[in-house]
Amino acid sequence: MGGLRTAGDLVARAQMTKKLKIAEAKTYVTKRLGIDLEIMTDECAMRELREKLDIGSALSTVGRAKGIAAKAKIAKICDFEIDCVKKFFEKTKSNGASSTSA
Amino acid sequence: MRIGSGRLIKMTREQIKDDVQSGANEAAEKAHISELSSSDLDQITEIMVEPTLTVGLEPGREVALTTDGSYMKYGGIARYGGVPMSKEQALWTSERVLGFDTMDLGTTDYSIKPVKSIIIDEAVELENCQLLSIVPLFYGAMPNLGIYYQSLGGKWPSPVDLLKKGKIAEAKETQENAAQDLTTDITYVARIIHQAGADGINLDTTGAAGDAEFYATLQGVENVVRETGMAVEVGMSGEMIQGMHMELMYKNKRLAGLWPHEQGKLVAEAGASIFGPTVNTRVGKSFPWNVGYSVTLVKKCVEETPIPIHVNMGMGVCGIPMVETVPVECASRAAKAMVTVADVDGI
Repeated sequence: MGGLRTAGDLVARAQMTKKLKIAEAKTYVTKRLGIDLEIMTDECAMRELREKLDIGSALSTVGRAKGIAAKAKIAKICDFEIDCVKKFFEKTKSNGASSTSA
Repeated sequence: MRIGSGRLIKMTREQIKDDVQSGANEAAEKAHISELSSSDLDQITEIMVEPTLTVGLEPGREVALTTDGSYMKYGGIARYGGVPMSKEQALWTSERVLGFDTMDLGTTDYSIKPVKSIIIDEAVELENCQLLSIVPLFYGAMPNLGIYYQSLGGKWPSPVDLLKKGKIAEAKETQENAAQDLTTDITYVARIIHQAGADGINLDTTGAAGDAEFYATLQGVENVVRETGMAVEVGMSGEMIQGMHMELMYKNKRLAGLWPHEQGKLVAEAGASIFGPTVNTRVGKSFPWNVGYSVTLVKKCVEETPIPIHVNMGMGVCGIPMVETVPVECASRAAKAMVTVADVDGI
């Protein structure tokens, strides 16, 4: 499905986490992104959308979300449980200690 | 056109159509399922005779791709690309350059038993990769029950050796013992990669050692889903479960002799997210015959299995010739037939 060029990674996550068949997975993703199927399969339109939503794209533009940051946005926008994102936030939670404490 | 061994041959349109039908009919007869309709057969024939080197899908019909052992295809393995790149580099290349929808990591000795002893190191690499990548990341390994037997360096007597001596009860017992070890190891490996934040585990070529391996894998899937909640993809090794044990049951269903549409239901009941049926290519039959045969079995599997079906397609499976450099005209035609006729959810 073109992965980060379109929304193949998102459709795959819908299948993995929600066990959706392909048509349902595509419908789920298009609804969460507020688009239709024609846009979802258009690399040009999806590049713009993915940059606007900052959910990562195939092009490595400086300042845009990549890696775990992009996945954190994906988890929120698409309502996916992404385990590595949960673990990242658990590890980055403040434990209450001040940076100036002795 | 080619035959299943990859050799080029010439076929007329009528011969292609006849072979598609012959393969489809044989699959229906063997698996006791319905034959493909005449419109399905015509559709496959039209795909076969398209004049271009590769064939494609209409926009919107694309399906998701999952992988097994994929980074190794261009990493440092002698029989693959042999390009010296790290797992992180391979993963980035896959998602940014090649447009993969998902990716998987694994190790060269791609079986659960050897992976068990290095999984902590593998998990650290996976953890690093998860910080860098965006596409879902699986960890893959084969259940490979065969290496739990003494004949291949394992602990348990080989059931084949016992059967040759007429020791049927002992052959069953050794398979049950080995299966228990495999289930334990699958659960352990999954637990560790879950700690590393893997998106899923891919259990590849399941059933290669027969019904005991399928049994152990199903039990392992149950444990993994219950303990970690991770997505599990189960890919098979062949179209029918071989009855090495013959009496192992899962959810009151005898495992020996199951076809893809029956296997998929049990994999779904065990809690897996994705099922990957496999149909072995007959090297002496034509490519159209093999596609007709495979599509018939997979279409029924798609109809009967409630979870996404990612059909296994590659060297020697689901119509594609048994060659390491897969011909693109075969790969694209077989894939198109699977998507448009069998209605698969992915490859």
